[in-house]
This record gives sequence, C-alpha cells and structure tokens, in this order.
Amino acid sequence: MKMAQQGNDIRYLTPINIETKKKKYCRFKKARIRYIDYKDAEFLIKFVNDQGKILPRRITGTSTKFQKKISRAIKRARHLALLPFVTDLLK
Amino acid sequence: MNEINKLKTHKMVRRYETVFIMTPVLSDEQAKETVQKFRKLLTDKGAQMKHEEDWGLKKLAYPIQKKTTGFYHLFEFEAEGNLVSELEVNYKRDERVIRFLTVSLDKYGVEFVEKRRKLKAEKAKEEGKKETEV
Repeated sequence: MKMAQQGNDIRYLTPINIETKKKKYCRFKKARIRYIDYKDAEFLIKFVNDQGKILPRRITGTSTKFQKKISRAIKRARHLALLPFVTDLLK
Repeated sequence: MNEINKLKTHKMVRRYETVFIMTPVLSDEQAKETVQKFRKLLTDKGAQMKHEEDWGLKKLAYPIQKKTTGFYHLFEFEAEGNLVSELEVNYKRDERVIRFLTVSLDKYGVEFVEKRRKLKAEKAKEEGKKETEV
C-alpha cells in the first residue's frame, strides 16, 4: 500500500534515455594525419554520401583545415575516375 | 651584375607526382612503350625519378571517351616547374592518354609518400620471407 501513496509521480520501468550530445571531433587532428591521399578511394568514400556528394563538416565533424584538404582530395580522385561524380547507391 | 646572374640561374626544384590513364585499346606492349616515352621525356629534361607505380588495367568510376577501363601509371619525380607544363602538353598531344593529373607534393605529402613506400617495401619483404619459409 506504500506504493500507492508514493505513486503520484510517473514511474518508469527502465530509466529514460536523456540524449547526451556526443562531442564531435576532427579525426585527422586526433589521429595526427597530416596529408590526405587522393589515390586512396576507399578512405575518401567515408566522406561522401551514397550519391557521391561530399559530406558537410556539420556531419563528419572534420575541422575546417582538413575539410578543405578532404574536398580537394575527393575532387582529384574524381578527376582520375577513382570516385564518381554522380551515382546512386555508392555504398 | 653577379647577383642578377645568380638569380637567373637559381633553380627551384620541387617534388611532383603525376598519374595518367591510357586507353584500354592498347596492348600491354604498347602501354609499356607509352610509359617509356614519358619516362624518357622526364629523365631527358633533367628530372630525377623518385618512384614509379604501375596500377595496371583498372575499372573507371565513370566512362571517359566511352571507355570503362584504363591503364593507370604513376611517376614521382623531382624537377623544376616548367617541366610540368611541358609534360602536360605532351600528355594532351598523345592520343593514348585519356586523363592525367600532376600535383606538387608539400612537405607532408613527401613525408607521407615516403612512409607509404617504406611500409610497402617492408610488407613485400615479409611476404617474400613467408614464401621462402613455406
């Protein structure tokens, strides 16, 4: 009967998930990568969506400095037909 | 006067990397011949060859001149800047080359390229060892 007295406030069986924002970080700064190779298409594919578009910094968390380098590398790779300019279902 | 002459003869040598794609229509021998032509052009004009890679016949991500495959080849060399423009003119004139890209490597680029080469060499060595053991 104690339960009923306490039961005015809502109770959950499982603790609710309060979404904590995970801080994004620049993976190049963390891994101390200083040069981004345009020949490595497998690596560059991570920074491209499935249409072949370059992902924004807002999503990947890359710093400005490396976003510039990434985009340059992807554009070079596209020129050499290592990456497509436009596609569907790249991944 | 001496100073000016010094400036004129001063040479700015940089590290460059160039990749080009040849048409798949060529036979292996013709492809080799093309590569040899460009290698000769570079070395004749005073470039110092640092590295070379043959990627072989690769599938293109999109068709170029209605071809879906191509022979890739990479040169890494040290030379003056005016050689690059000359090289690119030769690329353009050659019908066998369908795409090319020349980049100058900054200090991080040079570091990266040399490290990668080292790792590759070590890997090859290990594999060679394994094979001899087996």
